Amino acid sequence: MLFVLRWLGVVSAALAGQNAFAALGDVNMTVGVTPISQEVYGLHMLIFWICCVIGALVFAVMFYSIFKHRKSKGAKAADFHESTMVEIVWTAVPLIILVAMAIPAARTLIAMEDTSNADVTVKVTGYQWKWHYEYLDSGVSFFSSLDAEHAAARQVGSGVDVSQFEHYLKEVDNPLVLPVGKKVRFLHTASDVIHSWWVPDLAVKKDAIPGFINENWALIEQEGVYRGKCAELCGRDHGFMPIVVNAVSEEEFDAWIAERAPVETMADAGAQTVAATTEDDDADREWALEELMARGEPVYAAACAACHQANGQGVPGAFPAIAGSAVVTGPVDAHIKTVYVGVAGSAMGSFANQLNDVDMAAVLTYQRNAFGNTVGDTIQPAAIKALR
Amino acid sequence: MSTATAEHHDHDDHHGPAKGWTRWLYTTNHKDIGTLYLLFSLVMFFIGGGMALIIRAELFQPGLQMVDPLFFNSMTTMHALVMIFGVVMPAFVGLANWMIPMMIGGPDMALPRLNNWSFWIMPFAFLLLLSTLFMEGGGPAGGWTLYAPLSLQGGDNLAFVIFAIHFMGISSVMGSINIVATIFNMRAPGMTLMKMPLFVWTWLITAYLLIAVIPVLAGAVTMLLTDRYFGTSFFSAAGGGDPVMFQHIFWFFGHPEVYILILPAFGIISSIIPTFARKPLFGYASMVYATASIAFLSFIVWAHHMFTVGMPLAGEMFFMFATMMISVPTGVKVFNWIATMWRGSMTFETPMLFAIGFLVMFTIGGLSGLMLAITPADIQYHDTYFVVAHFHYVLVPGAIYSIMAATYYWMPKWTGNMYDEKWGKIHFWVSTVFLNVLFFPMHFVGLAGMPRRIPDYSMQFADWNAVATIGAFGFGFSQLIFVYVVLKCMKGGEKATTEVWEGADGLEWTVPSPAPYHTFETPPPIR
Repeated sequence: MLFVLRWLGVVSAALAGQNAFAALGDVNMTVGVTPISQEVYGLHMLIFWICCVIGALVFAVMFYSIFKHRKSKGAKAADFHESTMVEIVWTAVPLIILVAMAIPAARTLIAMEDTSNADVTVKVTGYQWKWHYEYLDSGVSFFSSLDAEHAAARQVGSGVDVSQFEHYLKEVDNPLVLPVGKKVRFLHTASDVIHSWWVPDLAVKKDAIPGFINENWALIEQEGVYRGKCAELCGRDHGFMPIVVNAVSEEEFDAWIAERAPVETMADAGAQTVAATTEDDDADREWALEELMARGEPVYAAACAACHQANGQGVPGAFPAIAGSAVVTGPVDAHIKTVYVGVAGSAMGSFANQLNDVDMAAVLTYQRNAFGNTVGDTIQPAAIKALR
Repeated sequence: MSTATAEHHDHDDHHGPAKGWTRWLYTTNHKDIGTLYLLFSLVMFFIGGGMALIIRAELFQPGLQMVDPLFFNSMTTMHALVMIFGVVMPAFVGLANWMIPMMIGGPDMALPRLNNWSFWIMPFAFLLLLSTLFMEGGGPAGGWTLYAPLSLQGGDNLAFVIFAIHFMGISSVMGSINIVATIFNMRAPGMTLMKMPLFVWTWLITAYLLIAVIPVLAGAVTMLLTDRYFGTSFFSAAGGGDPVMFQHIFWFFGHPEVYILILPAFGIISSIIPTFARKPLFGYASMVYATASIAFLSFIVWAHHMFTVGMPLAGEMFFMFATMMISVPTGVKVFNWIATMWRGSMTFETPMLFAIGFLVMFTIGGLSGLMLAITPADIQYHDTYFVVAHFHYVLVPGAIYSIMAATYYWMPKWTGNMYDEKWGKIHFWVSTVFLNVLFFPMHFVGLAGMPRRIPDYSMQFADWNAVATIGAFGFGFSQLIFVYVVLKCMKGGEKATTEVWEGADGLEWTVPSPAPYHTFETPPPIR
């Protein structure tokens, strides 16, 4: 039996993996680029063919009966209605197939759960609605969100033809860079609700759960760009927090790590939208209103607009408006606290770790003086720095 | 004393339904209540279906054309809640009300006033649930599974949803108690348990499942309520709780719930296939045991919905093996039905067509279920459209088709008129074609990597999503044929005979058509 199954597995892998089904990338599971993903694909095809064979047999008997044993063809009903022997056979045979199937499945499962002896460890934190990556060995960390062009195109009534994007909704500002040929361990957690980090080509899908850390691993065998998505419903923009993994050679990876400063923030990482140099991040100097406003606008787009909307009107009942908000136009301290600490029991999380002093001061100032709000004051980076 | 009873009895014989709308409000008659349940379910079917069409319309093309993502999420959430709690469950209870007393030779349900109450809670529960759509902030948008902490983030709709679930739960538990009491106390003398039709058996087991797990759901949602409004931290890690615990509790309810949605369907199919094959059900006893085994297994497989939450390896192994085991008794059922058809003398009236549709497509859904049981592969399938395809194959051509089959099968008995066979068959064929156009491509996009519950998707999924949407509108609108056939049959048509079907066997086919308001006031003799 086992031999037959192994043989079936080989045939299906040969049939499916290499040629026939490879062309059908859009209708079948990816083979992927890790040893585990290939094993998973093999199991998938094996159980698929088993199901096809069972299905074909069952339907063949059924339809033979449907065409043959019909009254209009003069069929007379027989009267048999039980047979213990038959019942035992059709209980035992599926059972044997299942046991035979369970063995390779269990073997792969054991391998999947073995996260020991990793070369690189990346902590992946899910946020509504972006990912944060931290390389624990080198301290490099950054946020990764949906590419700004895609984010604009996907708005209702944007008028943008999304088919112009080759990887629509699968492009990010800062991809995760990983070395090939190394065992990479992922630690998954989340800051607000449950997310799930899924890259099909790596056969890695693990829930990111606030307060808990899950483990997973991948050994990428081939350089390339691998795209995935959040797989667990995590609120309004669940469909818009893609994952891009850039698998590069070990040397390239080392160089990439080396050129990164150990601590970065969202604004730094999102360098395309925010011009950030070290001088510009001087939290101790006095900043002018215009400076803060100019800096605050892109930060708002990146950090706040997903919920509070680009026009500051929010979503009634779900996400409060910034325009005319009592918090935003009220005392400075309460406004800072809302953003720095967050609001317990709501979708408003803390931005203390997501924005640096200047970015937070800028976006707060921007909120107080945009969307028709005219408080006129500034919140200085120094005030945020003092909180830390 | 005996004279008084006799007189009273006499009086009852001439006592028909009350006149006017109060008949329906105050009724304790199992047939009236069955009708109410079935009509309620039909109305909800179109409400839930409308939501599905909104979902499919948005997914017709990549890009967001119509709805805000939050509203999209509340559509997927409400579609599931309405279809599960408002369509399939009430329809099965309605069929149980109509048929169980007649099938076991009893005069009515054991607890008629409770029966009235079980039904009349339902419209209010759904009023509460649906009203959230018109509140500020919209309806619940965290998925029907209400996973914490996401479900705790929304507005005050959560409180309404939870109370609606409590009401539905109370209704289900009362209905189940009634069904258990009826089956154990109202059987005609000589109607032993192992002579009961399979529909009665499957409902008996379903009722026990409901009584066992609805309180579990009630507990889970009440903990959500106190987490949201009273400062507890059952599901918040920051307060010492555990978000995954919610999933464990939810699916301890949720998996048996899946079988609650399909076991009565097994009973219906086990009635219809023998009738139209003109041959007794093959393996009656093994069917009963298989049903009981499925019910037992349903309690020990819940975590197969959670293979990605990070369980210990031993846990994943256990739930994988236990889940694979389910395919054994399910397979036994399918084999028994085919053996019933084998060397029968089949005709293919509409109920039989729906029953065969059930058999074929439920088997497809069952096989994809077996694929999902393989944990390493499930990690790729989990939360993709492959799962959506799987459970829609077992629920739509499974549960829903069985309800339609049952309606066509027993409607002549209920109304006294034959339904329009031509339009019944058209309904079947049009539905079946569109249903496969709708759900089959979901396997493809799921395997290719499309997550579920997303309002917008990448270009590579565009073609099959467009196909699925065409199928959805076709399937949705073809259900209007069903409404037409049902209404036409209620109004009139060719008079049905007592037996209705040539091969029919069972006590319900010994009473006139339409079934009198009261049946079996004196127990029928059982062969």
